[in-house]
Amino acid sequence: MSVVTDTVDWLTASEHWSGPDGIPHRVLEHVGYTAETIAIAGAVAIPLGLWIGHTGRLRSVAVALTGAMRALPTLGLLTLIALYLGIGLTPPLIALVVLAIPPLLAGAYAGVESVDPQTVDAARSMGFTEGQVLTRVEIPLGLPIIVGGIRSAVLQVVATATVAAYVGLGGLGRYLIDGQAISDYPQMAGGSVLVVVVALLLDALFAGLQALSSGRRPSLRSRAPSSP
Amino acid sequence: MFTRKLTAVAATVAMGLSLAACGDDPTEGEASASDTITVGSAQFPENEILAEIYAQALEAKGVKVEKKLNIGAREVYIKALQNGEIDLVPEYSGNLLTYFDPKATATSAADVEDALDDALPDELEVLDPAAAEDKDSLNVTKEFADKNGVASIADLKKVDGLKLGANPEFKTRSYGIPGLEKVYGITGVKFTAISDGGGPATLKALLDGKIDVADIYSTTPSITENNLVTLEDPQNLIAAQNVIPLISDKKASDKVEDILDAVSAQLTTEDLLALNAKNQGADKAKPADLAKEWLTSKGLI
Repeated sequence: MSVVTDTVDWLTASEHWSGPDGIPHRVLEHVGYTAETIAIAGAVAIPLGLWIGHTGRLRSVAVALTGAMRALPTLGLLTLIALYLGIGLTPPLIALVVLAIPPLLAGAYAGVESVDPQTVDAARSMGFTEGQVLTRVEIPLGLPIIVGGIRSAVLQVVATATVAAYVGLGGLGRYLIDGQAISDYPQMAGGSVLVVVVALLLDALFAGLQALSSGRRPSLRSRAPSSP
Repeated sequence: MFTRKLTAVAATVAMGLSLAACGDDPTEGEASASDTITVGSAQFPENEILAEIYAQALEAKGVKVEKKLNIGAREVYIKALQNGEIDLVPEYSGNLLTYFDPKATATSAADVEDALDDALPDELEVLDPAAAEDKDSLNVTKEFADKNGVASIADLKKVDGLKLGANPEFKTRSYGIPGLEKVYGITGVKFTAISDGGGPATLKALLDGKIDVADIYSTTPSITENNLVTLEDPQNLIAAQNVIPLISDKKASDKVEDILDAVSAQLTTEDLLALNAKNQGADKAKPADLAKEWLTSKGLI
C-alpha cells in the first residue's frame, strides 16, 4: 500500500471523525488557537501600527524590531517559554503571538502610509481632526493592506499552530506529533493534509474580505461618477 | 559556456553529495582487522560512556580496540554490526529484543534475556546483562507519594482522576495507558502528551502539580536532583532494559567475554545515574574520562 492510499484511508476512517481525538474536534481546537492568537496580537499590533503609520514615529524601530521577531524560531521560543511557565495554553499562545505581530504591524502601518498624502492634507484642510483623518480617511483607504496583514498573519499562525501539541495541547499538531511518536506515517500525512486544507480555506476567506475591503474604498466610489 | 558552467556545478554538487554520503553512512567501508575489536555506540551520551567503558576495559587487558562512537539510531548501528563495520556495542535488552522481534511480550529481566537468545540472528550474540537499566519509569514527587501512600504503580489505583504526563507514544504503547489498565486495572487516567522524553518540560509539569505522575527515563539525573519517587513495577509492566554487550559472534573470544562480564557484574543503575549526572551537570565531564574514572573506582583497570 502506498502512503497516498494509506493517508486517504486514515482521513476517511469513520473512527477518526468523532470524539476528542476526532478530526472535527481537532480542527476546532486548531482554529480556536489561531483565533485567540490573532485576537491578542491584533489588539496589540494593529493600534500600534496605525499610530506608527499616522504619525510616522518609531517607524525604523518598528521595522527593526519586527524583523528581529520574524527571525525567532517559534518552536525554540515555545520550548523556552514552557520551561519558565510550564505546560498549558499560555506558552504556545505567546510564541504564536510573537509570530503574528510582525505581519499585523507591518500591514497596519503600511496601509496607513499607502494613502496619498494629498488626500490626507485635503481632509485636514477640510477641518478633520487627527482622529477623523485616521478613522475616516486613512483606515478606509488603507483597509485592503491592513486586511492583507491580517491575512498573512492568519496563514502563518494556522500553519504553525501545530506546535501547541508539543506541550500537551490539542489541535492538528497532535496528529503530527502522535503519529511520529509511533511511526504512524498515514496519521502524520493526514494531519498535514488537514493543516493545508484549513490554511487554504482561511486564506480564501481573507482573500474575499480583502477584495471586499478594496471595493469599499470611498475614493473609488466618489471618483467613479465624476470620471468621464 | 553556460553549459560548461552548469556541468561544473553539477559535478561539484554530485561530488559533495557522495562525500557527504560517505561521512554519514557508517555501514560503508571496510571491516577491521581480525584481531581488533571495533566498539560502536548509539548517538547519546550515556551509550557513549558505556562504549568507552567497554573499550577501555578491553584495552587495559591487552585487546586491540578501535572506536566508532555516536553512530546514530539502532537501525544504523545494528546494520554496521552485521556487516562487520563494528564488532561490539552497548545495548539495552528490552529494546534490542523488540528490534529483532517486534511482537515480543517478555518484560521481566530473565524472560527478556531468554527471548533475546532466540531472537538474535546467528552472527550476533549478547553477553551477561548488567544490573544497570535505562528504561521508562513512572515518577511522582515525594509529597505526592507521602500524601497518597504511593510506592508502586499498583498503588496508583487508589488515586482518583490521576494525571499522567509522558511522551505521546505512551498513550498507545503496551507499557503505557493500555498496560496500566490491563496489568494494574488503573482506569480514567488523564493523559498529557509532552514531547520531550521526560526532559525539563515534563519535570516542570510534575513539580508544578499539573501532572501527578511523569514518565522519565530511569537514569535521568533530575530524578535524584528533585527527590522524585520512582514507582515500583511489581508486575513488570515496563520491559526490562538491562545494559548488555551486543557482540559479533566472530569476535566473542573467551578473553573478551570474561572482561566484559566483569564490567557488567559491577554496573548498576545508580552508577549510570551518577555518570549521566557528571556528564550533563556543571562539570560536563567527557565520556572517556568518566569511563576511566568508573573503571578505576571498580578496580577493573
